[in-house]
Amino acid sequence: MNSSTLSSTEKVMPQARPAFYWTLVDTLVLTKRQLMHVLRTPDELVTSSLQPVLFVVLFRYIFGGAIAVPGTSYVNYLIAGILVQSVILGSAFSGIGVATDLQRGLVDRFRSLPMAKSAVLTGRTLADLMRSTFILLIVWAVGLLVGFRPEGTILNWLAALGLLLLSSLMFSWFSALLGLLLSSVEAVQQSFVIWALPLMFASSALVPTSTMPDWLRPFVEHQPVSLLINAIRGLVLNQPDATATWQAIAWCVGLLVVFIPLAVWAYGRRTAR
Amino acid sequence: MANTPAILAEGLHKSYGKIHALDGLDLVAEEGSVLGVLGPNGAGKTTAVRILTTLLLPDSGRAEVAGLDVVKHAQMVRKRIGLAGQYAAVDETLTGYENLKMVGQLYHLPGAEAKRRASALLERFDLVEAAGRLVKTYSGGMRRRLDLAASLIVSPPIIFLDEPTTGLDPRGRLAMWEVIRELVAEGTTVFLTTQYLDEADQLAHHIVVTDHGRVIARGTADELKTQIGGERLELTLAPGSDLHAALEALRPHSSGEMQIDRERRHLIVPVTRGAHQLAAIVRDLDTAGIALDDLGLRRPTLDDVFLSLTGRAATEADQLAGALVAQSQERSSR
Repeated sequence: MNSSTLSSTEKVMPQARPAFYWTLVDTLVLTKRQLMHVLRTPDELVTSSLQPVLFVVLFRYIFGGAIAVPGTSYVNYLIAGILVQSVILGSAFSGIGVATDLQRGLVDRFRSLPMAKSAVLTGRTLADLMRSTFILLIVWAVGLLVGFRPEGTILNWLAALGLLLLSSLMFSWFSALLGLLLSSVEAVQQSFVIWALPLMFASSALVPTSTMPDWLRPFVEHQPVSLLINAIRGLVLNQPDATATWQAIAWCVGLLVVFIPLAVWAYGRRTAR
Repeated sequence: MANTPAILAEGLHKSYGKIHALDGLDLVAEEGSVLGVLGPNGAGKTTAVRILTTLLLPDSGRAEVAGLDVVKHAQMVRKRIGLAGQYAAVDETLTGYENLKMVGQLYHLPGAEAKRRASALLERFDLVEAAGRLVKTYSGGMRRRLDLAASLIVSPPIIFLDEPTTGLDPRGRLAMWEVIRELVAEGTTVFLTTQYLDEADQLAHHIVVTDHGRVIARGTADELKTQIGGERLELTLAPGSDLHAALEALRPHSSGEMQIDRERRHLIVPVTRGAHQLAAIVRDLDTAGIALDDLGLRRPTLDDVFLSLTGRAATEADQLAGALVAQSQERSSR
């Protein structure tokens, strides 16, 4: 202010606004950055949509005849599982992206700027949420093509979408946290095999849990991914499962409350190697 | 405010487990000057930059930038500094223009101002033609220039450049030096880390030589050169010459430690009386029957300073000299 060498800088000195305003603006700037990444790497978007689409088609036609599910067709049963799977696998992008930013030194740059600390992570998870929305709609559409027939009203389906997006946000933040803690892209990818595969397969995603062994069933029936799948399944087939729905929401919100501050804390400590 | 140094570090310590990245680092940079921080890999240069730019917390010690404590007033410090790191920290999936505009927005410039500054900097760094291209198509030198441009978006009064020319080709280096000189001419304080002695020699007003996380020497380039005294006599012995005899003949003339490259039969001898000594040295070598391929006298470079301070090259010389001559230079061999 009173130093002459600073005066040339004062002209382009940051504007004074409340911190909350800047947090919002910074988050928007970085969300836009991430969305541009998504739009400019269409191959990534295509491959990440293709995977759940393949799952729908393969499972529908390979297992569809062999697996009997009570009360509905296999494809109707399957779709909730695939929707949740695509949310979990899609969240890998958040962690991979954060790890890449770290490796390239971009996190160092962002952290040396007078910007909101949370904005880089919030921007990324919000943009990834939009990517998830796109993928979920594709899966839904392909499901319809291969015989998926949702029941109930559009309100139920929107509720299902809302719950999927909430879980998508939660998995994205968890993934971003992994990206910050592990910091190499390869390690983040490997970690998904370790934590995501068991949660996805030891769940009610693909087959009813009633045929699973007694020692495994308690875990499968109470783990959050199963609860989430059961809630979504109930909503799209018009057999709402209130308990599963509330438990799934509680899990998502509860984990978000843990993961967001942890990730922001980790972000504030990490520097490039 | 007038006497507040732009950058001040006092007794900075930072450890990673058992490794002391910084071991009581002290340094000062006056406003408008270039402080060159010279040191080999692992000397703690980057750690120092990270602490001063608020990316890392010191274990102990104190640091101020623009008179502000980097720990207590981190956010205020960030408004006054620019950082260009070892890697070009730019977003590959954005264009050059978008990168700069984004950084401007994150410095909280008004939108129009961010755009104006982005365009002006692209012009200044000769990136106008590439402005609309994605950065992934840029060459290494272009990325570095863009990275530096990004750190200048708000014309911060203090710039941290962490090895800005590492990995650049000679032309890219010269271009980067030119930019740094321009910045200094505009009154910017520059904190420059480098492993290149000529770079510090060319650009820095003051130099601190670091090793193992602490400063082992400081001063201007000239002061450092004088500190190790006199000139350097460089000799190349003719093939088949007796290295032992040559060392014996040179020892009385040497004012310090000789550097010996046995394979290339190359000797560097510090001398104090320059040209006056030359005739006597040639005579003594001749008497000893040593033939020379090449002989020259030169001013010491920062290389000499560095080697004599860190003692690394000296250690090699000692091993050889120790084997050849019994009572040898022990002073700085430890």
